[in-house]
Formats: sequence, structure tokens, C-alpha cells
Amino acid sequence: MIAIFFRRILVAIPVLLAVASITFFLIKIAPGGPFDADKAVSPQVLKNLNEAYNLDASNWEQYVDYMSGLLRGDLGPSFRFPGRSVSEMIATGLPVTFELAFYAILIALVMGIFSGVLAALKRNTFLDFIPMAVAMIGICVPTFLMGPLLVLIFGINLEILPVSGWGQLPGDKILPSLTLGFAYAAYIARLSRGGMLEVLNQDFIRTARAKGLTERMVVIKHAMQGGLIPVVSFLGPAIAGLLAGSFVVETIFQIPGLGRFYVEAAFNRDYTMILGTTIFFSAMIVFFNLMSDLAALWLNPRSRDVS
Amino acid sequence: MNNSLWSDALYRLSRNRAAMFGGFILILLIICAVLAPWIAPYSYSYQNLSLGASPPSADHLLGTDVLGRDLLSRILYGARISLLVGFVATGVALIIGVSWGIIAGYIGGRVDSIMMRIVDILYGLPFIIFIILLMVIFGRNLWLLFGAIGAVEWLTMARIVRGQVIGLKNQEFVMAAKGMGVSNISMFRRHLLPNILGPIAVYATLTIPQVMLLEGFLSFLGLGIQPPMSSWGTLIKDGVESMEEFSWLLIYPGITFTITLFALNFFGDGLRDALDPKTSDN
Repeated sequence: MIAIFFRRILVAIPVLLAVASITFFLIKIAPGGPFDADKAVSPQVLKNLNEAYNLDASNWEQYVDYMSGLLRGDLGPSFRFPGRSVSEMIATGLPVTFELAFYAILIALVMGIFSGVLAALKRNTFLDFIPMAVAMIGICVPTFLMGPLLVLIFGINLEILPVSGWGQLPGDKILPSLTLGFAYAAYIARLSRGGMLEVLNQDFIRTARAKGLTERMVVIKHAMQGGLIPVVSFLGPAIAGLLAGSFVVETIFQIPGLGRFYVEAAFNRDYTMILGTTIFFSAMIVFFNLMSDLAALWLNPRSRDVS
Repeated sequence: MNNSLWSDALYRLSRNRAAMFGGFILILLIICAVLAPWIAPYSYSYQNLSLGASPPSADHLLGTDVLGRDLLSRILYGARISLLVGFVATGVALIIGVSWGIIAGYIGGRVDSIMMRIVDILYGLPFIIFIILLMVIFGRNLWLLFGAIGAVEWLTMARIVRGQVIGLKNQEFVMAAKGMGVSNISMFRRHLLPNILGPIAVYATLTIPQVMLLEGFLSFLGLGIQPPMSSWGTLIKDGVESMEEFSWLLIYPGITFTITLFALNFFGDGLRDALDPKTSDN
């Protein structure tokens, strides 16, 4: 397992460098610069700005410059927010996005596993059909519709929860977390139901029952360990999806997180910010995928010895 | 040889009420989308500014938007864009994914491991970010949107097809065909492709809703279809902006979008169960 870990890390480093290079040159061929929007800028000022941010150097020089900065962990200054570095901005946005993602994943895991396992145990009863129907709704109603609908119901009509913000009013974290978590709860419910159904038919479960374990012990100690492997493997890609979800949720609820920073940077052509966040997101996704693969390997005893 | 598989599948599919209902809704939607210029009561861009946003009435069955445009007509025209994106982008994903998977699976060995390594690596990248980047850099072009979405969604297809091809490769009829000196091209066309059509059809049906979701997501962020044209994603975005006063502008496009995704998912699930009865338990 340790060998797998290091081999994957070794693959990840060149991949991330390639991502950084491709993004860098993609942005270079884009029409329009970061200072285009400021119409009042005189040619002299523009020249000074370009000089200050080293935009007048050749692409190759800028690339070498950027990559050597990257290896030192320096993502450069933000073009749109003078005096602030990209690393600083990521550091302000990251805790917010992490907190949102954490609540969302928590909601998704608790709701999803509970209803999925219950549905598998009570197969073909109401306790199976109803959660699975709700899960289907969760999969079919996109985040960008679910969020506004929740706002419409709980924020505007019932007036019991704030419609936007993060950490300013009591309860304003509830709707964003629910919006983001619900879709994943639906997927996790379906995955854990499928995984549990497969495991529950196997011999070792019959053995566990035969040796007189209570049904509760059979489910918690024996069936869930194997039955939830699909859920664990799903968590890595889910983090990537959460990221996309955070773009939408942070936009809807006006949350000052990394997702909203990225969307704004893309619209403002804030080159360094786009580059920095892209590389940062990629690194995070590669890392979480690795973690979830390792966790799934570790949960499956058959693959534990294979290195 | 394949006829019995497909007629069995068709029989099983026809017994699955949820799937048949989904299929029925889909056909209805496609007909509406194709006939939109003839059946829509107004043009998608016709504005009646004096009307403003008005609630549903006899003249405007689903009401009008803030510019006085008929919502029903805009939803009907939006169906064209949303379904077109769904089908074309899935088509792009199919072409790339199926060729990639067949080549990797059939050739095998080093080529296979390199090709699948590439898929693994691409899987781990935040593609949504690249799509946003592409749309920002190259402008909001409909064909670029198709290409960009299709280029992201082919990865799973490649994996599925490769697995299927590897399973087929060692079967007697393929070896016999090889022994008779069948060329690679006709091997793909006559022997491999017909036998993996089932899983491809299933996965394609399930990819369409994902693609439509992605398009909706981009349109919601303001990176999709440009006004006055509209997809369901842009309609939902517009609806959100005015939902406090004119909630129907969010609710009707939302319902349409959700029902379509439901129909596609039910039909796709039904197709999977019909073509592969073994997995119908899950």
C-alpha cells in the first residue's frame, strides 16, 4: 500500500506541472488582457502596469518565471486586487469553501448512508421505495435549481432562514450546506443500497448470522464494511463535484469562498488568480482521489496484501 | 444472432412502466422541440414591453418574463438548445470514448496500459474549470460548448467499452474471424461493435442528462447560451434573478428541466435492466 501511495504521488507531480503549463499557455493565447476593462488607463500607465507585472517580457520568460515561483509556493500577485497575492486570496477563501464542503459531505454521508442501508435491509417495502424516490429527485434536481427553490421556500415565503451570506446571521449556513449536500446524499443513498444488497447475499453474512450475532451486529460490523466500499470510492470524485457545486452555491448565496473567487477571476481575466486557483484545485482533487482510492483499498481485505 | 437479444430487451423494456413513461415523455419533448417554430404561440424574442412580467393567463399560458416575452414559447425554443446540447455533446463523447476504448482493448499490452493511464489521469483533473476557462477565453460559442462538454464526458465510455472489448477478444468467434484474416476495420465493424452496442446505448442514455446538467450549470453561471436565445439553463438563471416577485419564471422552466432529467434517467435505467437483466437488482 505504501508503494502504491508513492507511485501515485510520483505520477501526480508531473501531471500537476502539465496542468500548470497548459493553463498558462491557454491564458496567454486568450484575447484581452486583465487591464482592458479600465478604460481610463492611458498608454503610459498601461505600459507601467505591464512592466510592473512583467507582462512585457516574452511568454517563455514569463513561463519560466511563473513556474519557478510555483515551485517555491509563490503564486504571484493578483491583477485585479492590487497589493494582494493569489496565495493570500486562496488562504482567505479556502476555509470558507472547506467549511461549506465539510457540512455538505456530512449531510450527504449521514442522510445517504442511513437511507441507503435502511432501503437495502427493508428491500421492496415502503422504507425502500420512498427514500429511493427522494434520491431520484435529488439526482434530477440540479444544484442551481435546488438552491433557489430552497431560498424561495424557506427564505422568502416562510421567512425562517436567511437568503444569503455566510456566518453573518444565525442559520445562514443551513441552506447552502443543504443545497450542496442533498445531491450527494442522493448518490450515496443509491450507492450504499446497491453495495449493501450485494454484500448481504454473501456467505460470510450467513456465517455471521449462523453463529448467532444479532442482526444489528451483522449489519454494522460485517455488512457495512464491504457494502460501503462503493461509497468510499465515490468520495474522491465527489470532492471534485463539490467544487463545481461550490461555484454555484457560493454564487447563489453570495459566499466569499474559493469557488466564487474563481468564477469572478475568470470573468475579470485575472490571469494569475485563474492560474493559481486552477493549479490549487487540481492539486486538491488529485490528493482527495488518492485518499479515497487508498481508503477503498484498505477497506477491501482482498486487495490489502497486493502492493 | 443479435435479433433475439434486442427483441427480448424490447419486450422487457415494454413491461417496465417507469421506463416506458420516460420514453414517452422524451418523444413528446423531441417532437415539441422540433416543431417549436410552428407550435409555439409567439416567437422566442417577441417582446411586449407594456405587458412586463405577467402571471399565467389565457393569452400566455405560462405567463411572460420581465421583457414581456411569452414563457411557454421560450421554454419550447429552449428545448431545442438543451436537447441539442444533450444529444450532440453525447455524440462527441461517444465517438471519442468508443474509438479510444476499442483501440485500447483490442490492441492491449503496452498501448492499452498507456491509453488507460491517460484516462485515469484525466479522470482526476478538474475539468469543470477547464470548460469555464475555455468558454471565457474563446467566447460563448455553441459548437465550442458541444466540443468542450463532449471532450469531458468520454472517459467513462472509454473504460466501459475497453472492458467489453477485452471480454470479447478471447471468444471463439473473434479468434475464428482473426484466423480467417479479417481486417481490423471490419473486425471492429462486424464483430466487436454490434456486440457492445447494448452497454454503449445504456451509457449514452445516461450521459445525456449529465451533459444537460453541465450545460445548465454553465448557462447558470452566465457562460452558456447568449440572449435572446435561451436554453433551459438560461431560463432558470433568469428566473432566479426575479424569483422574489415573479416566482413562475423560476418554477416552470425548473419543472420542465427536472421532468426531462427524470424521463432520461428512468428510460436509461430501464434500458440497462432490459439489456442486462442480471444487474436489474441494483
